[in-house]
Amino acid sequence: MLKFITAVLTSLTTGSIYALMSTALVLVWRSTRVINFAQAGQAVLTTYIGYEVIVRSGSYWVGLIMAIVAGAVIGAAIDRFFMRPIFKRITTGPIVMIAPVVATLGLLGIVQAIIGFKWGLTYQTIAAPVSTDGYRIFGSVIAFSPFNLMVLVCVTITMLLLTLLFQKTNLGLALRASAHSPEIAKLSGIKVDGIRTLGWALAGAAGGLAGMLFVPSTYLYPNAMDVLLVFGFIAAVIGGLDSLFGAVAGAMVLGFAINFTTSYVSSRLVFPTAFIILILVLLIKPAGIFSNKKGRRD
Amino acid sequence: MSLIVENLTIDHGAIRAISNVSFTVPQGELAAIIGANGAGKTTLLRTLSGLKESESGSATWNGKSILGKRAEDLARSGIMHVSDGKSVIAELTVKENLALAGLWRKDKKDVVKATDEVVELFPILGQRMTQLAGSLSGGERQMLAISRALVARPKLLLLDEPSLGLAPLIVEQIFQTIKSLVTKMDLTVLLVEQNAMGALKIADEGVVLNLGSVVAADSAQNLLNDPAVRSAYLGF
Repeated sequence: MLKFITAVLTSLTTGSIYALMSTALVLVWRSTRVINFAQAGQAVLTTYIGYEVIVRSGSYWVGLIMAIVAGAVIGAAIDRFFMRPIFKRITTGPIVMIAPVVATLGLLGIVQAIIGFKWGLTYQTIAAPVSTDGYRIFGSVIAFSPFNLMVLVCVTITMLLLTLLFQKTNLGLALRASAHSPEIAKLSGIKVDGIRTLGWALAGAAGGLAGMLFVPSTYLYPNAMDVLLVFGFIAAVIGGLDSLFGAVAGAMVLGFAINFTTSYVSSRLVFPTAFIILILVLLIKPAGIFSNKKGRRD
Repeated sequence: MSLIVENLTIDHGAIRAISNVSFTVPQGELAAIIGANGAGKTTLLRTLSGLKESESGSATWNGKSILGKRAEDLARSGIMHVSDGKSVIAELTVKENLALAGLWRKDKKDVVKATDEVVELFPILGQRMTQLAGSLSGGERQMLAISRALVARPKLLLLDEPSLGLAPLIVEQIFQTIKSLVTKMDLTVLLVEQNAMGALKIADEGVVLNLGSVVAADSAQNLLNDPAVRSAYLGF
């Protein structure tokens, strides 16, 4: 029973961090139709910025906020000064679909190289702001700590704020309209380019938050977020790539699948589980496991 | 305030879609551009609304050039383009679709008023406010697309094939509404149509386009009565 409770709680925690990454990927996909591989680089770069702020200020919370802000600024800058010129330059031919994606891969390499250059390839640590010792239930320690709880709360708040932004504000309506039909949005007078940059900024902020919530449980190094990129991507595909609700739900499906397999079968099955799910989804429901719902509101 | 197009030439990929086209739509009039599929009608409208670039020539509205401007800026300056294929966003509700064209407007009171007016114009939309636009019928979608444009209080309305794929009765209703809008909302309308008969019946002026060139331009009445135009382009 204790094992079961622990597995559920761990699933929720890891699932929520995957959800931040899948949300970031979906935000960019919806606004630009690009799978942003550079997301891992952006997230780790902003986490390094958060790390530097923590070293100087001594406060995790100041570092967290600065990482989120830096994530948004870097995301917006990448769209404005990197992606937009690429889209403007390349308008015809078979390269149109693939060039922007390859560009994000190139950007990932560049960002990680810069990080290696600046901070070296050593492992840094970010201390969690609250205890990472597991809670005690019926006299035994479980693998769920106050820090894990904090992660869950932070992600839940973030998702609620994003939902409010998207569903209840004019900006959210502009974001949704630009995602579903940039042309009609433009013809309605919406400045779609700016809205697209805002999408990148939100995604960058989500990535920064993901890094700051993930790294205290592990280490900070140039490739620290690569694994989250993979899981975030799989979660986004499970959720249908186009829906924020799907991104979170897909992340939870993945979190539960991975944690339950590793708890009950073998701890070696993290990656096989993730990829088997990815392949099953692509074979059986390539549009995402929630794709049968007609008129999905996202 | 009139729309003046002079010697406009537009390429579509490697193909010359519009070649040396000139016409004028005086303020407060409804002009119909008719012609078969592939005549270049949609390309022309997309250029006038800022979605596409032109090669040469000019187009002015109210004395100002509209070529090379961004679509969203033209929309904000009062030129609304209702693109073909029932241009609504299926994933948004009817209410949200209408709200889109009012998001950037400063006069929020008038947005509410304009929204009320379009609901009065098309009462069915009022009953569908919270439904997704994707669940509407073809006719309702066309009504919503036109209504969305009206919420922005346009001065010049560019309509691309509003009759496409609709039942004759609905087409009649949409056409009559468009005609009534001209006076009711103080609009100038450029209507592009394959349904030449229906369009010319409500239009003041008509321009016949064939393979990217103007082959006839006259009052709609004269075009309807011209035997050459009738046999070549109206099919009767």
